Amino acid sequence: MKSIIQKIGGGWTFLIIALLIYGITALVYPTLALPVLTSFGQLMGKILPILAFVFVLIFIFNLFLEPKTITKYVGRQSGWKGWVLAIVGGIISMGAIYMWYPLLADLKEKGMSNALVATFLYNRAIKLQLLPFLIYYFGWTFTIIMTIYMIIFSVINGLLVEKFTNNSNKE
Amino acid sequence: MRIKKAALKTLNNFLQVIPIILGVFLLLSLVNIAISPSFYAKIFTHNSLLDSVIGAALGSISAGNPLTSYIIGGELLEQGVGLIAVTAFLLGWVTVGLIQLPAESLMLGKRFAIIRNIISFIMAIIIAILTVFTLTLI
Repeated sequence: MKSIIQKIGGGWTFLIIALLIYGITALVYPTLALPVLTSFGQLMGKILPILAFVFVLIFIFNLFLEPKTITKYVGRQSGWKGWVLAIVGGIISMGAIYMWYPLLADLKEKGMSNALVATFLYNRAIKLQLLPFLIYYFGWTFTIIMTIYMIIFSVINGLLVEKFTNNSNKE
Repeated sequence: MRIKKAALKTLNNFLQVIPIILGVFLLLSLVNIAISPSFYAKIFTHNSLLDSVIGAALGSISAGNPLTSYIIGGELLEQGVGLIAVTAFLLGWVTVGLIQLPAESLMLGKRFAIIRNIISFIMAIIIAILTVFTLTLI
């Protein structure tokens, strides 16, 4: 089984499993089959421009950024500037979280620290464009307090992820 | 030569990523269609601490546009579910991704993805409690 996964790659195995789950669900609940496909099509339509943007970014990074530069700005020794970059980058980046995995994987390979990857991902949860809706449903005070806590805890999240992933690497 | 090398590397990245993205989208669509919003309200117990764990867990297994979580959260509040539980639900929704976990594991490392999601789950509960506690002080 492991050799089959290695042969076709983890990503394709994952897609096959997802298709199997969809297939089984469609067989058991035929009425869900079409709405799921429609929702899938709508999601693809929304996400494709962002995916294209992310891959243009990856291409630019592959072309111009050396691992040395990445390490300087978002590596383990990057200091407070690295944290600010991860927080602000996470907040202003758009689209779904998984759109950013390929770019982060590339930056991680080039030297970005686990702490800053985790902090970036945590701040992806703060959606500037959706804040008016959050205010509408839960009020100004709630929105401001929760957002401030999220930014503070994004740093703690990063530090803890760094600590535990480093410990496990040493084991 | 440099452009060709960067383009090939990007193409290689793309080919690795595309099946994962398609798989995540398919699972997301399945969850979004299969779970109706009314399902969420039935699960809460009206015990603040237990509900915050349930809220974070429900948020973690759900996925999609955060706006949907705000709408469901608003409905839950109207049905009498506590603010801590609803906040944990909102935070679980946006910070923990059980459906995206396979994709995150494949691209950023299994251990990284699991540790990050466990920590984010615990933090969803802590931030929910702190947010509501701070609100009561103001």
